[in-house]
Amino acid sequence: MAALPISAGENIIRFEDVSLFFGDTPGLNRVSFAMKAGETRVLFGAAGSGKTTLLKVALGLLKPDSGHVYLFGQEISNLKEQDLFDLRARVGILFQEGGLFDSLTIGENVAYPLLNQRVLKTAGATNGASAKTVPERVLEALNFVELGQTLERFPSELSGGMRRRVGIARAVVTAPALLLYDSPTAGLDPITANTIIALLLKEREMRNTATIMVTHRYLDGHLMANFRYNSSSEKVERAPNPAEESATVKFFVMNEGRLVFDGSEPELQEAQDPYVRKFLRHGSS
Amino acid sequence: MLDFLKAPVEEFQDFILLSFRAFRNIFRSPHYADDIFQQMDIIGVGSLPIVIMIGFVSGVIMAMQMARALQTYGAQGKVGEIVSVALVRELAPLLTALLVAGRNASGIASELGSMKVTEQIDAMRALGTDPIQKLVTPRLIATAVMLPLLTIISDFVGLIGGFFIARYLLNIPGSQYWTAAWQTLEPNDLGQGLVKPLVFAIVIAMVGCFYGMRTTGGTQGVGRATTTAVVVADIWIFVFTAMIGRIFLYL
Repeated sequence: MAALPISAGENIIRFEDVSLFFGDTPGLNRVSFAMKAGETRVLFGAAGSGKTTLLKVALGLLKPDSGHVYLFGQEISNLKEQDLFDLRARVGILFQEGGLFDSLTIGENVAYPLLNQRVLKTAGATNGASAKTVPERVLEALNFVELGQTLERFPSELSGGMRRRVGIARAVVTAPALLLYDSPTAGLDPITANTIIALLLKEREMRNTATIMVTHRYLDGHLMANFRYNSSSEKVERAPNPAEESATVKFFVMNEGRLVFDGSEPELQEAQDPYVRKFLRHGSS
Repeated sequence: MLDFLKAPVEEFQDFILLSFRAFRNIFRSPHYADDIFQQMDIIGVGSLPIVIMIGFVSGVIMAMQMARALQTYGAQGKVGEIVSVALVRELAPLLTALLVAGRNASGIASELGSMKVTEQIDAMRALGTDPIQKLVTPRLIATAVMLPLLTIISDFVGLIGGFFIARYLLNIPGSQYWTAAWQTLEPNDLGQGLVKPLVFAIVIAMVGCFYGMRTTGGTQGVGRATTTAVVVADIWIFVFTAMIGRIFLYL
């Protein structure tokens, strides 16, 4: 799974004063931020605060009304759909509703990006015999989320947590340079939710992919900032040097389309804004 | 002042844009042949029983009701002509289109609508597929191929229905019925009998896809999209049948 090269210090994604309104409702209101390779952003916000909109704009699924979005250094806000496909091939996304195709089996779902992304198809052809075949990569991705046995089953036959894990497998199968997780733990019981976070930590440990994670749970962000996946013991453990981890893990809080907080976990804990503090209280309760 | 017109005009513009893209994609790769055949099976083969039944019944009804009126003038022998002209020109295309709209415009809208609300359409775009190419164009092609074929079948079984009434109820010799039915048809009748289903097919597929693709608001939204698709498709079918009928009168 050779990742496409990203030069050091390159902004993976950059928002410059991006706004998008749905009628009078702000989806995004003058949002600006930048993110480099290997960084993680945890995005908190109430329902309807624009979290999902931000992810969709980042991927070019929604066009901003104003401002600029740069994905891998390329301005995408005015790019045609056909030209966006090649850039999107370098991004993995887990949708809030899973977004699995219910007419396809789990195996076909995970293989879908490999078989349909134009860039990946060509790359696969030029890699020749040395490259892993599609079924091998699909199985590898499904084993990564520990669902290798579900290859022939349909999404409707799986539980909510399993579907979410298949969604993760489909997001990571292309070895993307940027991963977007939309509420990976929403609606799941705490045990399954922690399993999902463990998978995200595992992915980060193995590939160091830049990640934006949308969530309601403070705990998810806390785990991302202070824990790491130990590949030798295959367990999640507290990071030996949390300060090092938190340097790459930043927190965003969104309210009515605005980014009202941008900082590290200690800064988040010190924040005085009552709206921002809501997420802390929610997490500690 | 004209704000109330904004929404429908925008909606119509979106519809035209979607239709344009769907048509353009017919000539662009990738082509999803599997999806086209699957849709042909669902739309064409799936609609066959109901189309045959309604086609047959409409032929029977036409022959039965017309026979009474024709009897007044002693022109019962003309029943084949009347059945044939009415069916081929108007009734078979219209009834078949209404049936297929009820079955498939709703089916398409609910399927695409469900995909929309469960983010499958977004997922498709995120994973490198144009949903118009993958979902809309195959449905457009499949409906445009199958509806004219269904209409031809409906024409034929309708004539057979008329034949049963003529032969066994009105005691008209079979050869007389079939000769009248056949000889009365002109290229103009056949022309509009085939142009209509083609236009209706485009209406059904595009209206179904359009309302499916713009579904919002969860499962309730899917229900709304389905109902709207059938109603709008039916209205446009009536509008177009009148328009095409009128145009062919001048040809």
